[in-house]
Amino acid sequence: MDATTTQAGGSANLETRDMMLNIGPAHPAMHGIIRVVAKLDGEQIEAADVDIGYLHRGFEKMSENVDFNGVMPYTDRLNYVSPLINNVGYCMAVEKLIGLQVPERCHYIRVIVSEISRITDHLTCVGAAAMELGAFTVFLYMIKAREYLWELVEKVTGARLTVSYCRIGGVKADLPDEFAGPCAEAFKETRKVIAEAHSLLTRNRIFVDRMEGTGVISQEDAIAYGITGPFLRSTGSEYDVRKDCPYAVYDQIDFDVAVGSKGDNMDRYLVRMEEMEQSMRIVEAAFEQMPGGPVLVNPETGRPISASEMVDLAKLGDIDAVAGGCAVTGPTLDGAGRDEHSSIATDEKRAFLPPKEDTYGNIEGLMRQFKLVMHGHGVRPPVGEAYFPVEGANGELGFYVVSDGAGYAYRVRVRGPCFAIMTALSKLLVGGSLADMTPTFGSVNMIGGELDR
Amino acid sequence: MNTTDLIDAVKTRFPDAVTASHDFRGDATVILQRHAVLEVAQFLKDEPVLAMNLLVDLSVVDYSTFGEQASRAFFASSGVPLKPSPLIEDEAPWPGPPEGGRFAVVYHFYSTGHKHRLRLVVPVEEGVDDLDSVTTLWPVADWLEREAWDMFGVSFRGHPNLKRILMYEGFEGHPLRKDYPVNKRQPLIGPLN
Repeated sequence: MDATTTQAGGSANLETRDMMLNIGPAHPAMHGIIRVVAKLDGEQIEAADVDIGYLHRGFEKMSENVDFNGVMPYTDRLNYVSPLINNVGYCMAVEKLIGLQVPERCHYIRVIVSEISRITDHLTCVGAAAMELGAFTVFLYMIKAREYLWELVEKVTGARLTVSYCRIGGVKADLPDEFAGPCAEAFKETRKVIAEAHSLLTRNRIFVDRMEGTGVISQEDAIAYGITGPFLRSTGSEYDVRKDCPYAVYDQIDFDVAVGSKGDNMDRYLVRMEEMEQSMRIVEAAFEQMPGGPVLVNPETGRPISASEMVDLAKLGDIDAVAGGCAVTGPTLDGAGRDEHSSIATDEKRAFLPPKEDTYGNIEGLMRQFKLVMHGHGVRPPVGEAYFPVEGANGELGFYVVSDGAGYAYRVRVRGPCFAIMTALSKLLVGGSLADMTPTFGSVNMIGGELDR
Repeated sequence: MNTTDLIDAVKTRFPDAVTASHDFRGDATVILQRHAVLEVAQFLKDEPVLAMNLLVDLSVVDYSTFGEQASRAFFASSGVPLKPSPLIEDEAPWPGPPEGGRFAVVYHFYSTGHKHRLRLVVPVEEGVDDLDSVTTLWPVADWLEREAWDMFGVSFRGHPNLKRILMYEGFEGHPLRKDYPVNKRQPLIGPLN
């Protein structure tokens, strides 16, 4: 207890004391595990000490001790609300270091899955922030919409959260057949939810009173604090990695950057709401523009056979039945079961981990898998360093990879967007009331995984 | 500004402090002596043609075992080194880790106005204590430098609050150093207060 005695004004000279309030590490109003020690004068926060590191798992150390492909599952766990964007960021950093080029179709797939992830991330952020201000219905609606989108993610990647979908030089599997259909349906539901959320929140007196004018930061301050993403755009800056340093095929897709003006919680909420709409626009445009790509398996002869059946047939020596067939694996991975296999990965077979149907279905695939996964084999990029930024849901997500020519990365550094925003948190909180902490912290969208790594 | 112009702009202004430069894979990189960090950072931020207003990242690389990682395969020759795609322009190979110290402090800058990036690499020896902090120019450096101290033990002169950030007080050693074993365990000590 820090006891500073101050004199209160007025006739009755009452003694007041500053109070130290410890919030967290495990607290219902904290989305992750983080501790804030606030010094309170009445209800006003006079100083705030932010303490992080409770979720530190040593991502960067682990990345130096597994091969390049082995880092992929760890990247899922950085920003676990939009893991696909982390996958894409890491892959593109390593591809830049190697100097790999991937087919255009693969770029489009990456853009589509990234944007779906961005919507799920924003839905979670806005929903949770609204719930903490008492709008529980909005939270339920948004989680419902997120569920539709996660079903899409599940169709594409075979998993909901820990997707590990991207590969160095490509992606794990093609999009499912006729994927635009379910996407359009999910977006229809999502748009409905967003419209509902707008009608419930945007002009809601309670919500607006608590969001407007709280957690304000100026554009200059935001940039000095290294803030990027929707948080920076709410202050009026237009910096968006997708527009300003375009990667994949973002330069070929038409979309707008949502920009606020006041830099308060309300603007951040509005920017996120608009970004969801823009993300859906990007996905829809990507479906229209996406090339088919060269077909790897001849649809005439390449019959899909389930992997277990194929193994049985091969054991019996029934070569005719197996020849020309392609194994179907993972009943959840819809894209892998397609009759036609489009080129979704680079031709560089020394880098790209083969799809599971190849690993289980033919000897070349099995050997490639073996050569890439066994100790001391695997991807060996040239000696060098590369930094690659992508637009994560919270801002610029950068991977800085250094290689000394071995099969293991010499150094993998993640520039998580949350880290910079959290640096500014104490500045955002000081001067506001304790109750403002809830909306401000909600709009920061702190993700422990990428903050503490 | 393209990468060569960026490098030249820093080089012509600070001919003595810049020891080397390269643009491997299109990343403009300037290697700098440590005494000039604050001066160069100020120049990058204030010079209108550069206007590097965003300190994107500050990290450290421990180059002490560079190129000496033991081969983990049964045969030392296992694995085939990859070559860049022929579609990518031929360029000079990476010149190697910066000379002049065990650690390299790596700053990534971006200019939101001009949309260009620059990387500053500052080699420092272990135990050096006169590398200036850039917290006065970018407040985000506060935590980034704390993390560099926490993970590598690189200290920054003039930092207001250089203490551990991700690890706990009472943790011994700096975990991202190459000589810190990956499987080493330490007892977790509760908060001091």
